[in-house]
Amino acid sequence: MPIIVKNLTHIYMPGTPFESVALQDVNWTVEDGEFWGLIGHTGSGKSTLIQHLNGLLKPTSGEVIIDGVNINERGVNLKEIRQKVGLVFQFPEHQLFEETVEKDVAFGPRNMDLPEEEVNRRVKEALELVGLNYNEIKDRSPFELSGGQMRRVAIAGVLAMKPKVLILDEPTVGLDPKGRDEILREIVKLREEQNITVILVSHSMEDIAKLVDKIAVMHKGRIVDSGTPKEIFKNYQGLISIGLDIPQITHLMLRLKQKGKDVATDVLSVDEAEAEILKVVRGKGRA
Amino acid sequence: MAAEIVAEGVCYQYPQAADMALKDINLRIRKGEFVAIIGPNGSGKSTLAKLFNGLFVPTKGKVTVDGLDTRDRNNIWKIRQKAGMVFQNPDNQIVATMVEEDVAFGPENLGVPPEEIRKRVYEALEIVELTEFAQKPPHLLSGGQKQRVAIAGVIAMRPDYIILDEPTAMLDPVGRKEVINTVKRLNKEEGKTIVLITHFMEEAVQADRVIVMDKGRVVMMGTPREIFSQVEELKAIGLDVPQVTELAHRLRRWGLKVRGDILTIDEMVECLCPLL
Amino acid sequence: MREITIGQYIPGNSAIHRLDPRTKILITFAFMILLFVIDDFTGYVFPVAFIIAASILSGISVRYMVRGLRPLLVIILLTFILNLFLIKGRVIYEIGPLSITYEGLYQGTFMVLRLVLLIVGTSLLTLTTSPITLTDGIESLLKPFSKIGVPAHELAMMMTIALRFIPTLMEETDKIMKAQMARGADFSSGNIIKRAKSVVPILVPLFISAFRRADELAMAMESRCYRGGENRTRMKKLQMTWEDLAAFIATGVLAAGCLASRFLW
Repeated sequence: MPIIVKNLTHIYMPGTPFESVALQDVNWTVEDGEFWGLIGHTGSGKSTLIQHLNGLLKPTSGEVIIDGVNINERGVNLKEIRQKVGLVFQFPEHQLFEETVEKDVAFGPRNMDLPEEEVNRRVKEALELVGLNYNEIKDRSPFELSGGQMRRVAIAGVLAMKPKVLILDEPTVGLDPKGRDEILREIVKLREEQNITVILVSHSMEDIAKLVDKIAVMHKGRIVDSGTPKEIFKNYQGLISIGLDIPQITHLMLRLKQKGKDVATDVLSVDEAEAEILKVVRGKGRA
Repeated sequence: MAAEIVAEGVCYQYPQAADMALKDINLRIRKGEFVAIIGPNGSGKSTLAKLFNGLFVPTKGKVTVDGLDTRDRNNIWKIRQKAGMVFQNPDNQIVATMVEEDVAFGPENLGVPPEEIRKRVYEALEIVELTEFAQKPPHLLSGGQKQRVAIAGVIAMRPDYIILDEPTAMLDPVGRKEVINTVKRLNKEEGKTIVLITHFMEEAVQADRVIVMDKGRVVMMGTPREIFSQVEELKAIGLDVPQVTELAHRLRRWGLKVRGDILTIDEMVECLCPLL
Repeated sequence: MREITIGQYIPGNSAIHRLDPRTKILITFAFMILLFVIDDFTGYVFPVAFIIAASILSGISVRYMVRGLRPLLVIILLTFILNLFLIKGRVIYEIGPLSITYEGLYQGTFMVLRLVLLIVGTSLLTLTTSPITLTDGIESLLKPFSKIGVPAHELAMMMTIALRFIPTLMEETDKIMKAQMARGADFSSGNIIKRAKSVVPILVPLFISAFRRADELAMAMESRCYRGGENRTRMKKLQMTWEDLAAFIATGVLAAGCLASRFLW
């Protein structure tokens, strides 16, 4: 189920003194099963863009095509689109409202008018996907859980709709390192097990570098660059000039290279850096 | 009168809670210091912050600010003026609908004369570099700018201590940098004592001293170098170390001669260059 | 919801913007009362001229203000239609059991004009006065009554906080709505009961968030030494100038005109 974004422009409050252009002529294709990272600083248009992918926002001009259908055409069932393209907002725990975890996670599947048995099956599965014990948690109030647990319940609420594409907007913001790692691990596991397309919006270059296959860089309402993490972080000057960072470890390798050391600079994680430095040190020892 | 915040044998239990949120905390924050408190969620670090300016009063033990006991309700306004507090959510601590009015809120409560308030407000805005936003409504500001407004609001009360309770947790990297640079400047140039609660290790690295909390107790205390060289111990309680520190740690295990207390890219480059 | 611009403050430094908020509040009240003094079309010359003059001085076009009426169009139309059909008199036109009378047409137009002037006049106040200044003005005007138990400071503080949090809560509502829509919620179809039920997933999170915000705000205010209105000073003191005097004189002229149109002509 590829997503194709064509010449997408979005203007907020056109014709008023408060008018502002949020997206300008965005073109983007997300293929089946890809894992994308969407980066850009606040106000670059990331949130506006992802809200177009499930029809929450209507383009001022341009098209969003999902499964070959322009989702903004008359007669398109947006509810169906939203089931296929699951969107987890920032601080998703702020959307919880039911008395029990089970009921809250069931909200999505119930809106799809599924039979009760299927709803229950999905709730159970979704809670387990996010690493929560169904029997222990199902009858508890979502409001008495810890911050990390609440967030996972909220994510389960979207997963229970069995989306083919999952978009997560800053899923780890506000969590401590442990909570962050747990959520990220679950996203990776989810992708491997369910083979779904994932779009991760994040400010953490370290996380993005570790996880995704492809990165799209947004700046001032446009996608200014896209490619594999190695390709994107190679252009570190470009990233820094638009206020973005590169992972600290990539930065280290670039600095070593600048010092005239013969190291690879397309390093994205501590593991890779460790291997690379050991290789160079040992190579030198042999020479 | 001692110029410091002292916690002696402090325990704190939330009403209706079964367990103590803080257990036997003893520490001293000296004037002029920049202290970072780190710890996983639920370790009690935010609770501790709220004890420093009398928002909470210890269940057992005592907290004094410049010798003033927080349990004595007569001291409370004096303590809150001395120890200003900045909270996590930038939206929920700004009171007024215009930046300068919000910064004026503290001094107004202290009964400072109007002319003096104006002077303090503009000085404070200058320090946080938001003078040109004085007349703007806060909801049009970025997260980092809002937090700087909150900091200015505290500075305008002329405190000696500024306690920041996870001020960057909800911000993007740009906002985080803005806030941390402001905090560092307050410490270095304005001589304010800083207590920064955070779970970003890059921020804690910049402090003079790091206090690590876990399960309501202080489990480590020392300079950033002393703390972050203990990679395994930090990971065990669910904390992170900077990527370069971790790399140094791993390379040492391979027998490479790299220092174990590396905190920055520059230090790592210096260490690695002779080896490559 | 975000797109409503009626009466939203437009920053500026015009003569009207500069007026003391107390002046503007008092004049707005006077204006509203005077509109009800007028009893025929010729009398409207004065308030219309007053609005046009104020619009020119404020730098905000009449067209912009009239555009702000759009959300209230239903009320305006309803006023017109009710007057048009319900007032008895000389029949001009008949549609089935309904009849349009000359008096109805006259009265309908007259009432619509009054309503439009009322809205435009009050929106001019909020367009040119920032909410905070407005609150200060109200606090200052109410202060003399605090001796008889009117909580002037508390009211003003409540208004300030409400104003401060309206944009935040609007944004939040928008976000929660979208989050629930992303989970398949539907707010626009079904019968009344179904629709009423469909707002629960918005209201519950919104209330919880509002309470959390209130709690945190109270703590933040407390740590900034807030303890009510006593011994509190203010950075800004309201001050009237010759411009305010001029505004009061202009209002005097307006009043004279309106009164004359009613009682002399």
